[in-house]
Amino acid sequence: MSEVKPDLIDVQINGEWHSFPKGTRMIEACKEVGVEVPHYCYHPKLTSPGNCRMCLVEMGMPPRPAPGSDPVEPDEDGHVPISWIPRPVIACANTIAPNMGIRTESEMTEECRKGVMELLLANHPLDCPICDQAGECSLQEFSVEHGKGESRFREQKVKKPKNVEIGPRIRLDDERCIMCSRCIRFMDEIADQPVLGFTDRGSHTTLTIHPGHELTSNYSLNTADLCPVGALTSNDFRFQMRVWFMKETKTIDVNCATGANITVFAREGKIYRVIPRQNNNVNSNWMPDSHRLNIHWINSEARLTDPLVRDEKSGNHRVATWNGAMQTSADALLKLDGSEIAVIGSARMTNEELLITNRLAKQLDAGHVDVVAREGEPDGYLISADRNPNSNGAKLILGLENPGSTIDQIREGIAQGRIKALVCLQENIIDDAGFSADELAKLDFFLTSYPLANATAEVADVVLPGACWAEKSGTMVNGTGRLQRLNKCIEGPGQTLEAWEIVRDLIQALGGGNGIYAATELFAQLAGEVPEFEGITFGQIGDLGLPLIETDERIPLLEREAERKAQGLIVG
Amino acid sequence: MSFEVPAEVETKVDQRITHYPVSKRSAVLPVIHELQHHFGFISEEAVEWIAVKLELEPIKVLEVVTFYPGIRQSAPGKFHIRVCRTLSCAMAGSAELMDALCETANIDRSGTDHHHPIAVSPDGKFSIEFAECLASCGTGPVCLVNDDFHEAVPNAAELLAKYD
Amino acid sequence: MSDVKYISGKEPHPKERRMIFKNVDREGWDQSIETYEKDGGYEVLKKAMKMAPGDITTEVKTGGLRGRGGAGFPTGVKWGFLPPNNTKPVYLICNADESEPGTFKDRYIIHQDPHQLIEGMIISCFAVGAKLAYIYIREEFPEGAQILEAAIEEARAKNYLGDNVLGSDFDLEIYVHRGAGAYICGEETGLIESLEGKRPYPRIKPPYFPAAMGLYLCPTIVNNVETLCHVGHILRIGGEEWAKIGTPNNTGTRILCVSGDVQKPGYYEVEVGSLTMGELINDVCGGLKEGRELKAVIPGGSSAKVLRAGETFKVGRGDDAKEIDIWNIKMDFDTLAACGSMAGSGGVIVIDDSRSISWVLNNINAFYAHESCGQCTPCREGSLWMKKITDRLVGGTASPTDIDTLYDVAKNIDGRTICAFGEASAWPTESFIEKFKDELVADTNPELAGEKVNNEAQLAAAGLL
Repeated sequence: MSEVKPDLIDVQINGEWHSFPKGTRMIEACKEVGVEVPHYCYHPKLTSPGNCRMCLVEMGMPPRPAPGSDPVEPDEDGHVPISWIPRPVIACANTIAPNMGIRTESEMTEECRKGVMELLLANHPLDCPICDQAGECSLQEFSVEHGKGESRFREQKVKKPKNVEIGPRIRLDDERCIMCSRCIRFMDEIADQPVLGFTDRGSHTTLTIHPGHELTSNYSLNTADLCPVGALTSNDFRFQMRVWFMKETKTIDVNCATGANITVFAREGKIYRVIPRQNNNVNSNWMPDSHRLNIHWINSEARLTDPLVRDEKSGNHRVATWNGAMQTSADALLKLDGSEIAVIGSARMTNEELLITNRLAKQLDAGHVDVVAREGEPDGYLISADRNPNSNGAKLILGLENPGSTIDQIREGIAQGRIKALVCLQENIIDDAGFSADELAKLDFFLTSYPLANATAEVADVVLPGACWAEKSGTMVNGTGRLQRLNKCIEGPGQTLEAWEIVRDLIQALGGGNGIYAATELFAQLAGEVPEFEGITFGQIGDLGLPLIETDERIPLLEREAERKAQGLIVG
Repeated sequence: MSFEVPAEVETKVDQRITHYPVSKRSAVLPVIHELQHHFGFISEEAVEWIAVKLELEPIKVLEVVTFYPGIRQSAPGKFHIRVCRTLSCAMAGSAELMDALCETANIDRSGTDHHHPIAVSPDGKFSIEFAECLASCGTGPVCLVNDDFHEAVPNAAELLAKYD
Repeated sequence: MSDVKYISGKEPHPKERRMIFKNVDREGWDQSIETYEKDGGYEVLKKAMKMAPGDITTEVKTGGLRGRGGAGFPTGVKWGFLPPNNTKPVYLICNADESEPGTFKDRYIIHQDPHQLIEGMIISCFAVGAKLAYIYIREEFPEGAQILEAAIEEARAKNYLGDNVLGSDFDLEIYVHRGAGAYICGEETGLIESLEGKRPYPRIKPPYFPAAMGLYLCPTIVNNVETLCHVGHILRIGGEEWAKIGTPNNTGTRILCVSGDVQKPGYYEVEVGSLTMGELINDVCGGLKEGRELKAVIPGGSSAKVLRAGETFKVGRGDDAKEIDIWNIKMDFDTLAACGSMAGSGGVIVIDDSRSISWVLNNINAFYAHESCGQCTPCREGSLWMKKITDRLVGGTASPTDIDTLYDVAKNIDGRTICAFGEASAWPTESFIEKFKDELVADTNPELAGEKVNNEAQLAAAGLL
């Protein structure tokens, strides 16, 4: 808040004067005061070619007095009358100037929009009924507002390639393309895989992938998001669901520590699509394909739907009630000394879940508490080396200096018989932490919660269906130290509970206190107990999160974006 | 993989590239011209070769190759004729000249369209297309045959007889 | 110039004043540097190299030279747009992409008098501080490119080019860069993109004014061939003296290229404004063809708005204001602008009453549809649309309402595009309809009103019927 105040410039928009920082693009100035300027090619994160011409507006400047005549006297506010220029200008690439006037509702502006719309639709196939973009197509949207409602185009339309697989995840319909070049610019400027381009020229201009090449970039699906029309569509989402039938939930990606902000599209308990949501401090406007497509397991047959308890006689799991499962667990745990119990939580848990896990550990006086570390190669864009979304939460709340570093000790303890019980929450430690079934068989008691059936569950005494990320709410702290909200998008299947509920009930079964009915209550307690969270309310976090702690983690894509912004190439 | 650029052509290419000390990419058109001069047209292999030579993504070369009508993507005849189509030449009879040239050289232009503007004679000797204004409007109808410029072309047969 | 003799049959018209074209069709003339030097060539360069660069710009401004490429912008003012205290390299590009239909002047300079251009370029480079310059020549001048490259070699051998030009500390290299058949490369920012090896998509202005952010985003001056040649002549005789040629604000000589329906089409170099349309057509060009009457003139390349025979034009201001007919239009920048058209590139296309206006317009529309780069919406979609309508007009399947649509399409392009191509493609249609609507409508079939050529099912599916 202590930033140096930028030079402010007075600009008149639709008759009213406003002030904006010097260098603001006309389109952004309008947006800031709630005046929408329709556009296709402009995108604040990409260079501005000014090619679609949809953002043409009427513009005026202070009159230039003829040589020798008196300058025009400003009025009491310091404004001079605007002399309107007979030629429209694009609002996207032009910056504001002192005493500039912009009219977005004038006859000239409306004529320009009508004209551009008619021309954009001239060679467009108008196949909206079978187009996947329907419902979120800018052509449709602006047609309603600025179109003529009838076509005067009587000619044969230009024929272009249709239904071209340009990559494993993206499909191209060239007849729908309006040549805005957003996808080309994205692949050139941001994804560093410049394989898209225009071939031919004039009305025959065709968006093309170079023959023999594929759009293999792990960021390719962003081009489908960017495409303002139905030219580029996602193979994964194509024809799955009309957009207007789906419920949108703003939440965060949990596939790595970056915590990309996302919007989840779901209907009746099924997630159909994830798209990135703009957050300039986290993921800009983008996300990796691998992360957004990691959703299909959520509705898989392998989901755990009921608590399971191992039958002493048969040795098989049988369905139990939550109360039964909890009582079984409490009975087993209460037989042991705390030093004989280990708790493995997960850095995929929310802060709230981690807090209550910490309570559980205290209740049990557990000798060992850790989470499973998850490391990978950073991709130099948005994917962090840390593939857990909330390692920082685990550090702060569980007091772990180096999350995952004592997992081997726990394993040794089990092998040597020192650790007799293990409570493993939301992790699959056989597949993800190097445990073996034989090792775990040595335990007197083993409880695990997880969304999916897996090898670890097979050897557990109590198996609990834990909600996945999309089925719960809470907060997480990303790699850069930003506190962000995870929001529930769908209900979990069957008897699934959120991990914090599972732990709450277990603590209760162990004889501990409870009285917690919502994750937000846990957050309030967190703010009281963990110094870094002090004074923060759940409501404050908002859709975009807020900085909580300083870390060394940098997001390379954002650093490059900042450079391009500093060079004036993009708005940012 | 049989695409090979002869050493003497590559020497010329390298020479052309030196004309652009700031950016090798600037040499795209000159390099295309050298290859087209030698091969008659720019094949997909030629596009890849140029991309490697100039350290560009191939699409950046293809974007250029497909933009310009002066760059051919299929083999022309031994003698490639470009007849000016634009107004002054049209007023001077360039459409009639085109018809006469096609008849004389036995070229069928009925299969040409925007994407395939060039028609070749069955014997491969002549190919023909319309070109836009060749900037000799005072002496129409004009045409280019390979690099030779012909103005006020009086007679198709007379013109074609010069090429054997 | 009495010692200059011309090839028999190609002598200049007595009303001409040959300066730029002094050596075109000259007897005993060739393209060699020796011939050029013998005639006083490169003497002006030697003189210029002793001047301060800023003084050269001042002379050009004093001369009042206006660009000969089409827009008629004052050359000295353009040079003056170079940023002061600039630390980046400055580039000069000669626009030899001569491609405006009806224009054929640079062709002769390049083919017959290449050293005149090179000398003008070297002087201009020295004036603006460019050490690297390119001649962007259209691909359809293969011989011209070779001639220029040979001339550059000759000039380098004589140290007019290369390091330490004429013993000074000024270094300069000029290279020839061939286009590949694109009218849009005549637009200076399209040309620059092409020279950078990209698709020649014109740049948005602002911010990409070439004088500030041109080639490789460095300050760049782009001048037409004829313009750069004039720089040499201005320095030879002095800006003040040069400004006496022609009329005020329309100074110097200018090459008018006349084609179409006249007895003697060709190139004629005259003092700007020294001729009226009538004198040009009837005296210099030998009049219209036998038994024909004038129908229209396109006075400045095909993108200039058409002038109709029989129209009256209001020219002059205040006491000088008067109404004139087409024959009395003075062929200068300001008068043609006052008549609602432009001097453009100097290409005058004369159309007589044997021509169908629909056919002429369709030919022009086919040119612009073919040459639209396709970067921005109005021109990309509109230019082909206009061509398709006029295709039907000449094919007899247009309805009267198509003419109204055609006009609207042109209006939807005009003024709304990235570059001036929008106007270039729209003005012919606009002006032809404004001035020849009756004739165009006469070529339509009223019975076809409302008929759709398109696939109705598609339109119906989209709810647009």
